[in-house]
Amino acid sequence: MSTTMVRPTPTGPDVTRESTLARAVRVVGVQNLSLILAIAALVLVIGSRNSDFYLTANLGAIGTAVTISGLLSVVQTVMIIMGGIDLAVGSIAGLASVSSAMIFMHAGSAASFFGALAIGATCGVISGCLVVFGRMAPMIATLAGLMAYLGVAQLISDGRAQGYTGADPFYIFLSRGSLLGIPILIWLLALVTGLVHVMLRYTRVGRNIYAVGGNDAAARLSGININRYIIGVFALVGTVAALSGILITARTGSGQPVSGSGSVMFQSITAAALGGVALRGGKGSMGGTILAVILLGVLLNGMSLLGVNPFWQNVAQGLILAAAVVIQQLRSGERRVGLPK
Amino acid sequence: MNTSDEGTRKTLRARGIDKRFASVRALAGVDLDLPAGRVTALVGENGAGKSTLLKILTGDYQPDAGTLEVAGEHVSFASPSESRAAGIRVIAQESEIVPFVSVAENIYLGALPGARGVVSQRRLLEHAAADLARFGFTGFLDPRTRGVDLSPAQRQMVEIVRALIDEPQIICFDEPTSSLSDTETTVLFGLIARLRNDGCAIGYVSHRLREIFEVADQVTVLRDGKLIGTRTISETTESEIVQMMVGRDLSAMFERTPHAVGAVALELTGVCTDDVTDISLAVRKGEVVALAGLVGAGRTELALAISGDRPITSGTIMVDGVSKRFDSPADAITAGIGLAPEERKADALIMVRTVRDNIALVVLGRLSRFGFVDRRAERELATTYINQLRIRTPSMSQLVQNLSGGNQQKVVLARWLAKETDILVLDEPTRGVDVGAKAEIYAIIDGLSAKGVAVLVISSELPEVLGLADRIVVMQDGRITGELARADATEERILTLAIADHLSAEGARP
Repeated sequence: MSTTMVRPTPTGPDVTRESTLARAVRVVGVQNLSLILAIAALVLVIGSRNSDFYLTANLGAIGTAVTISGLLSVVQTVMIIMGGIDLAVGSIAGLASVSSAMIFMHAGSAASFFGALAIGATCGVISGCLVVFGRMAPMIATLAGLMAYLGVAQLISDGRAQGYTGADPFYIFLSRGSLLGIPILIWLLALVTGLVHVMLRYTRVGRNIYAVGGNDAAARLSGININRYIIGVFALVGTVAALSGILITARTGSGQPVSGSGSVMFQSITAAALGGVALRGGKGSMGGTILAVILLGVLLNGMSLLGVNPFWQNVAQGLILAAAVVIQQLRSGERRVGLPK
Repeated sequence: MNTSDEGTRKTLRARGIDKRFASVRALAGVDLDLPAGRVTALVGENGAGKSTLLKILTGDYQPDAGTLEVAGEHVSFASPSESRAAGIRVIAQESEIVPFVSVAENIYLGALPGARGVVSQRRLLEHAAADLARFGFTGFLDPRTRGVDLSPAQRQMVEIVRALIDEPQIICFDEPTSSLSDTETTVLFGLIARLRNDGCAIGYVSHRLREIFEVADQVTVLRDGKLIGTRTISETTESEIVQMMVGRDLSAMFERTPHAVGAVALELTGVCTDDVTDISLAVRKGEVVALAGLVGAGRTELALAISGDRPITSGTIMVDGVSKRFDSPADAITAGIGLAPEERKADALIMVRTVRDNIALVVLGRLSRFGFVDRRAERELATTYINQLRIRTPSMSQLVQNLSGGNQQKVVLARWLAKETDILVLDEPTRGVDVGAKAEIYAIIDGLSAKGVAVLVISSELPEVLGLADRIVVMQDGRITGELARADATEERILTLAIADHLSAEGARP
């Protein structure tokens, strides 16, 4: 075979003759395009039934509501790309929320902010060490963390909301401040998303995370210190989970030990799966996850606006996760024998 | 099949079987006859299409074109259970054994004898003992042994018994002897002869020509997915079969460029690990040293120890005369040692990533500035090696899982070429690679050694060992049993060193 088979650029020979539509599909990807279409359809359906949906206040509400689960979804995406999963993110957020409020009462806002982040990072490192040194599967290690970190949050708070940050300028800025007309919460989500996206796509660390998730044995034999990556990503997830906990404190004005810890964890995994991140690792990107976060935010907001029973909303969330993974498995041509991975 | 067909002689005929995988044509119009009462050997190089053909017989794959006939009736199998119902069994090379249950339960897996769902352990064991006796495996297998405690040979026997209990008429063996000793092989051949005399149609896939001449009545040769021909065993010779399999003169595949050999690059002195004992060997710059031996001789384990992935319990590894200690593969890579592991898909390639990502994997550090990967440099690197090694891929953005075995192996080699490593350990570099790519990989290895790279090649294919190596080190049971210079080496000498102790241990069987 001649070397003309080999092209120095990743594009095929027919790019120039491609139609605009085909080109758009190729650049955006089928997955992302489906998400965009789904968001558009949802917006139209919900908006036609309740015009309050389009109010600036409501759109702002969607934005701030998705921030907390959005932050978790972003780091959950990194975790799943690396071949892991973190079920403890909600519990870490709760622990960080309580800690931030309690530290704030004694030492002020700066100490509470960084203290809570440090606690989150520590929780992540503990989960990571259980995986690396305890040889636990990430799902089980973080299932243990889910319960234990929740327990610690309840212990230190006696199971009640703690502290009051509602009068502190820093916390007010976090929850209600805005820059260029856009809420600080959204800026924070955009900032974390951007940084993680750059890390995944353009840095050596990001590429090695894909390698570890794609094939950990190959990564190890290629000289990647996979233990360091596993613990590092768990620490990153813990830290960002703590950030979302701090935002819970800021929005409610006090530390919430159990504020929706289960549902935000669930949404983070759903968003990653819906965004096309392969649950077995090695594949996925930030764009899909963020679109999925928006889709979920619009859907939950719309269901509330339309007065859908919250219990039905839970059923809907479960169905979405199931549908997202089934579609993913069918598209990857998963063989139908044995227990799927 | 209705009951009136039971016991009648069944012949399998396949006509014009076509099978494609993406862009690769695995089978192109292949005809196969497995006549009742005869043993038909199926031979061909790796990638010739034997496994694909077997998987079509078992219903694992559906052919794109072509017909199957059993006992003169058209059949098509949408699933393995339909093939089983037609009386076809393929005894796989890698047996699927449930680890924590007994041999007896493994044999009757899915069809445990017992009334109304209650399994009597005693009856089960009696059944198993009777069936083992029926197939001549008493003495080799205790029905009470748990799956995990079985040797590879015993696992193979369980697989055979499991396949034969409901008396199939068409039976294919896929390299059944690869894990069997001579005695066990003799028992198996006795069993095959009996099945043939009972009128079964038997297919027998093997790489071992000597075996084929012992057990088969006729031999069918495949090459590159095509049927080359069928010969009656009594009217053919080993060299004719080899000629048919390879389709070209083998000696042309190994062209070594003469070049000077430099200083010792890698030296092992008395290295012991959990799997190997007292290994001392040296590889010089520009030299290709082959590690020969049987599967399980400890060569792969030694390769992993040299590459820092298995701990060394005693002895030293020296690189360029400096003693080194490797705590991880990263240490070995830093010292200039690269490994292309035996299990390419499991241990070397990230199948869901692109050719470019896989080539750049170990040189990302060099391609990065402040942690950011220079994507242009990365593309240039990938282009360079895709061209240099002639990796056949539509683009560097192609996922590695869509490449053929030979091109996947070239991606692994490209990774180490990019790293410019001084010492390269290649574990079975041409396993699962087609003949054309094989020749190219040999040329790459030759080119590397000409550039002064010290190459240690593990290979179980003797022609490859003889054609490629400057020196041949033979291992057996975790120890080095001898070393041969290229000029002195013959297949017989290597084999003798690889199996010598087995001969004496088993009372010098010929």
